[in-house]
Amino acid sequence: METIVFLISAVVILSGSLGVIFSKNPVHSALFMVQTLFGVAVLFVLLEATFLAAIQVIVYAGAIVILFVFVITLLGVDSAEDLKVEPISGQRPLAVVLGASIFGIILTVLIAAVGGPTGAQEANTSIGDAVDNTRILGETLFSKHVFSVELTALLLTVAVVGAVVLSTRPKGSLISTLGGSRDDASEDDTEEKGRE
Amino acid sequence: MIITTTWYLSLAAVLFSIGTTGLLVRRNPLIMFMCIELMLNAVNITFVSIGSHLNDLGGQLAVFFVLVVAAAEVVVGLALVVAIMRRQSGTNADDLKILGG
Repeated sequence: METIVFLISAVVILSGSLGVIFSKNPVHSALFMVQTLFGVAVLFVLLEATFLAAIQVIVYAGAIVILFVFVITLLGVDSAEDLKVEPISGQRPLAVVLGASIFGIILTVLIAAVGGPTGAQEANTSIGDAVDNTRILGETLFSKHVFSVELTALLLTVAVVGAVVLSTRPKGSLISTLGGSRDDASEDDTEEKGRE
Repeated sequence: MIITTTWYLSLAAVLFSIGTTGLLVRRNPLIMFMCIELMLNAVNITFVSIGSHLNDLGGQLAVFFVLVVAAAEVVVGLALVVAIMRRQSGTNADDLKILGG
């Protein structure tokens, strides 16, 4: 059973990731990425990391991909690049060679590690079963790693402030900024309608 | 056929390689971001499978923080892309050579 689920989700993940790379349309890439992320969530369930599976679906598929699609619609889909034109000669073969060599290196390490990875469990860090997983994770996060959680909050605050600063226009008042962005949005709308 | 941890690690390696290749090949900044997300997901699979192998919660904790950092990275990165696209049209990473002097 586990074998079947693993194989199916592996096929889903790999076909989705190849779709991300080979799609001309960025929207199709985003949808293929949803496929990949769901496959990874299934793998997390298989590994009894139920909380992370839920978070994977909610945060990645629900927030990050929506953000991607939102930006794509904001910028217009007409930015689909021509995959046949190669601006830097030899870039693609080199990239494929580099990707294949990274895969080869990792696979060599995996094969060299006969009998699977080794290591020792840290004391009192059992992952529990699928039901207990969320409780144990929460207890550990808020007792042992509470400082890291605080730092995470700081990081998210910095990210939000940075996004606001970057998306504000440097010159002009607030009113002109709003008007400008509204103009951009309406332009995109008309472009999309024209394409349809 | 029994699925061992090595299978998970091999799948993660394939996914990471696909992400790397896509990041190097594609020139649309949005798709480059998506490829970075693919690579982060590959690393997440590695963390969780090793954690499951050793019965250690540390892997899942690391994935939690990776998720948070990925969300923050995407927010800032997409804001940067939008800010750049306001200055110049055309979504191509090769055109962004204003820092090249």
